[in-house]
Amino acid sequence: MRKLLAALLLAAPVLANAADLQLTVEVPRLDVAEYHRPYVAVWIETAEGQVVGDIAHWYQQPGKGSEDGTKWLKDLRQWWRRSGRSQQFPVDGVSGATKPAGKHRISVSDAKPPLAGLAAGDYRLMVEAVREVGGRELLSLDFSWPATGPVHAQVQGEHELGLITLDITP
Amino acid sequence: MKTSLKIAILVAALSTPLSALAHKAWLQPSATVLSSDEWITVDAAVSNDLFFFNHVPLRAEALSVTAPDGSPVEPANVHTGKLRTVFDLQLTQPGTWRLAVINQGLFASWEENGQMRRWRGNAGTFASEVPATAAKLQVTESVGRIETYVTAGNPDTRVFAVSGKGIELQPITHPNDLFEGEEASFRLLLDGKPASGLEVEVVRGATRYRNHQEEIRVTTDAEGVFRVTWPAPGMYWLETSHQDDKASVPQASSRRASYVLTLEVLPQ
Repeated sequence: MRKLLAALLLAAPVLANAADLQLTVEVPRLDVAEYHRPYVAVWIETAEGQVVGDIAHWYQQPGKGSEDGTKWLKDLRQWWRRSGRSQQFPVDGVSGATKPAGKHRISVSDAKPPLAGLAAGDYRLMVEAVREVGGRELLSLDFSWPATGPVHAQVQGEHELGLITLDITP
Repeated sequence: MKTSLKIAILVAALSTPLSALAHKAWLQPSATVLSSDEWITVDAAVSNDLFFFNHVPLRAEALSVTAPDGSPVEPANVHTGKLRTVFDLQLTQPGTWRLAVINQGLFASWEENGQMRRWRGNAGTFASEVPATAAKLQVTESVGRIETYVTAGNPDTRVFAVSGKGIELQPITHPNDLFEGEEASFRLLLDGKPASGLEVEVVRGATRYRNHQEEIRVTTDAEGVFRVTWPAPGMYWLETSHQDDKASVPQASSRRASYVLTLEVLPQ
């Protein structure tokens, strides 16, 4: 059973569309007196820093008894400057609730923006996190599009982010 | 308080460059970059240290808030204490807002019975309040702006419409898009035209916690443009002034234009 499970897990990326981007964003477990889940923005930009498109915004969604977290989106300040401030929130298919500590998988389809129609070239995956009464961290991973072979890249955060991975299996 | 002292303080508060060279007038917003229609609160004071309250408040009557669409907005909860004026403002429109204290008027000084007299007013009250034959009469026209800018959502430039009076700012870099280590440039106008040769003093806040002002001095070029590379994040105070004989009222022999701007520079 364990072998079968492992085989299925290994097969998973292959079952997805051939050139999808598979990402994991780890929210680290922090031992702090007052913990709030981080706000996170994930986006793709060119090697020159031009935003191609947003992948995810995790922030407090308005609801029963909870404040609309849009107020704090500007604290993701590089994302806010490059991309966030020109948008209306929430953004369909991109904006979502904050996530608990743990590894979160994001699958980015090459059939939809920003990957669909993306010109060949060098790009950067950007992940920015900021936590109420905590800190801020910005990480990036370079990749080329389209991938000519399997791609794996990863970067380990130190403060507000854990391991970030990027996989492309053409 | 004696009226003369009151007037002296008022004059100091209104015309920093004229009478109180050591003092700095400023507005300090609680935030300059916002992602929703939040409230901000703003301090308005004249002080030696940036941005601390240790001298006198700025007068609330000259306060002028302009929404991104150019409409005037009344600030809320305006209070003037001993050391500062404070007010609240909700950024109900997305875009860039201008917060300003605009002082326009005439200043006169003369000698009466061996004593120096000072007067502040406008062209309308001048004739009835200032003795025309006063000894050593000196009249100066003054146009002073003390400004800061705040943005909800995407920065825009609609609020930078030119009035053509005194010194005004035109953004090349947007004043709410400033980051440590980056160069920003702005154009200064005098009476609506590029103001060349203006010296601009730039001082980062929190001066209480260091030994030197660490001021940066830059001069506007032929197009009225000056450039600053921000050495560190923080609130910055910028000041420039200009004096000439182009007074718009016949009583005044000279005209003084001054401009103060508070800017927030964010870390990368």
